[in-house]
Amino acid sequence: MPAITSSSVPPSVAGVDRNLDMSAHPAAIQVNGLDFYYSEHQVLFNVSLTVPERSVTALIGPSGCGKSTFLRTLNRMNDLIEGSRCVGQILVEGQNIMDPAVDVVLLRKHVGMVFQKSTPFPKSIFDNVAYGPRVAGETNRSVLADLVESCLKKAALWDEVKDRLTKSAMALSGGQQQRLCIARTLATNPRIILMDEPASALDPASTDRIENLIGELCANYTIVIVTHNMQQASRVSHQTAFFYKGVLVETGPTMKIFTGPSEKKTEDYITGRFG
Amino acid sequence: MTQAKLPAWAIRRISRRYEKLIQAALFLCAALSVLTTAAIILVLLTNAVYAPGAKTAFFERVSFWEFVTGTHWKPVDGQYGRFGIIPLLCGTMMVAGIASLVSVPAGLGAAIYMSEYAGPREREFLKPILEILAGIPSVVFGFFALKFITPWILKPMFSLVGIDLQIFNTLSAGIVVGIMVTPLIASLSEDVIRSVPRSLREAAFALGSTRFDVSVRIVVPAALSGILAAFLLAFSRAIGETMAVTIAGGQQAIATLNPLQGAQTMTGFMVHASTGDSAADSISRMSIYAVGIALFAITLTINVISGWVLRRYREVYQ
Repeated sequence: MPAITSSSVPPSVAGVDRNLDMSAHPAAIQVNGLDFYYSEHQVLFNVSLTVPERSVTALIGPSGCGKSTFLRTLNRMNDLIEGSRCVGQILVEGQNIMDPAVDVVLLRKHVGMVFQKSTPFPKSIFDNVAYGPRVAGETNRSVLADLVESCLKKAALWDEVKDRLTKSAMALSGGQQQRLCIARTLATNPRIILMDEPASALDPASTDRIENLIGELCANYTIVIVTHNMQQASRVSHQTAFFYKGVLVETGPTMKIFTGPSEKKTEDYITGRFG
Repeated sequence: MTQAKLPAWAIRRISRRYEKLIQAALFLCAALSVLTTAAIILVLLTNAVYAPGAKTAFFERVSFWEFVTGTHWKPVDGQYGRFGIIPLLCGTMMVAGIASLVSVPAGLGAAIYMSEYAGPREREFLKPILEILAGIPSVVFGFFALKFITPWILKPMFSLVGIDLQIFNTLSAGIVVGIMVTPLIASLSEDVIRSVPRSLREAAFALGSTRFDVSVRIVVPAALSGILAAFLLAFSRAIGETMAVTIAGGQQAIATLNPLQGAQTMTGFMVHASTGDSAADSISRMSIYAVGIALFAITLTINVISGWVLRRYREVYQ
């Protein structure tokens, strides 16, 4: 009973080939046997996943399945949560980031993150983008100005804000704020970008822009994106991973997951039978 | 329609009159503070500006100009006395200024530590200690300054550089007042710092910030209006502080800005004059009310400014 056909899957954004076998690509992130606990409550069970370099990996699954928690282990954001505990191995470019010797501050510059809610700092647009480099010690104004310009261009925001860089970022629209947050993340010069439902609070036109941006960015960055929206996952990702109740049920090329998943659970979720 | 025809769910549980009674009682509670303020202003004005009946008000004997600009405060000098408020103002502002130098960094530092660095265990330990500090009577702080800070800390320090510190000095008074208002700044600042959304902190951490970066570059600027308001409230509290400065700062009204000397403050004078043996309607007794008005005007102005700062610079988070 083939419930899904490739014709029912929406077209992908430019820059993303969903049929590509990524297994030949070198791994940017390799997670082996990851368990995660909030106090005594276990939320991830023995998760193993490989994220190929310069690709987009979408994490999907119903609410509370652990996909966001998993994403936040990749830059050790969960360290900020009291009583959380993580067991297993997370290799970022070969280095186990759970090693106590790893400086979490440097790790987060290397592995950037964009959040569901756009979080511009109550500062000017310029100061928002320049925040990361300044924290890293950059003080030269012309270096900062060049960096701000190039990051805003990469985030497809430059033309809209170039005349009001000194104005407050709080005055931007929701979609612009989210692109500003992406520009701000790019400014720390990361290799990997984690996105936690980056478009879920945006209107369709802004969502479209963010999705196209992901297609452009994945030529140079490795992207892992959590999304509630399965259409979005199918449009922007090379690889899709399906989480259910803290377990990674299935992972594979996006086209295969959406047209011929191996697991019954995945098919039920994709076709909207639950979740 | 009679009561009996109403279904059970529609019958009043409490009577209309009872509800009105509760409302009136609550209104009285709210009115009490307003009435008290009004009464205080009335008492101050009827003694300082215009006195009904046989008494003569302070400003009917001393010109307002002399009061505001005079540099000598000698209530029992010759027949009339001299009433220039500058010396008292110097004392008060020095104490409040020194208190701010002590309490602003200490209070803000404590607030940042408690909200950004301390775990729940440290916080549970620190909060009650700050509350105890805020609960110590100010007369105790006064003797602490006079009997401990001056002779055991300041005197030895200053004797090293060859300065002989007076027993009564505004420096020690300012330091203890600073210690007294530190818990106020700490708790008010901590409240506004905690109201900075967690998402802003996470975003800053995700960009490779240390805790210190997050505190100094994100949290404090975002909470700045509330922190400034806390400073101003603490400053006005320091201006109004009485017992500690009366004990530690001495009773000499001198127009000086030297904190190593003793100096009388506005509040210090009021205590001194009201416990003295001058006649109830003498001009030196009446001058208490004039100083009271000046004090009231200063603290009211600061409180109004702090309210304005809070509204004007409040960041709006969606």
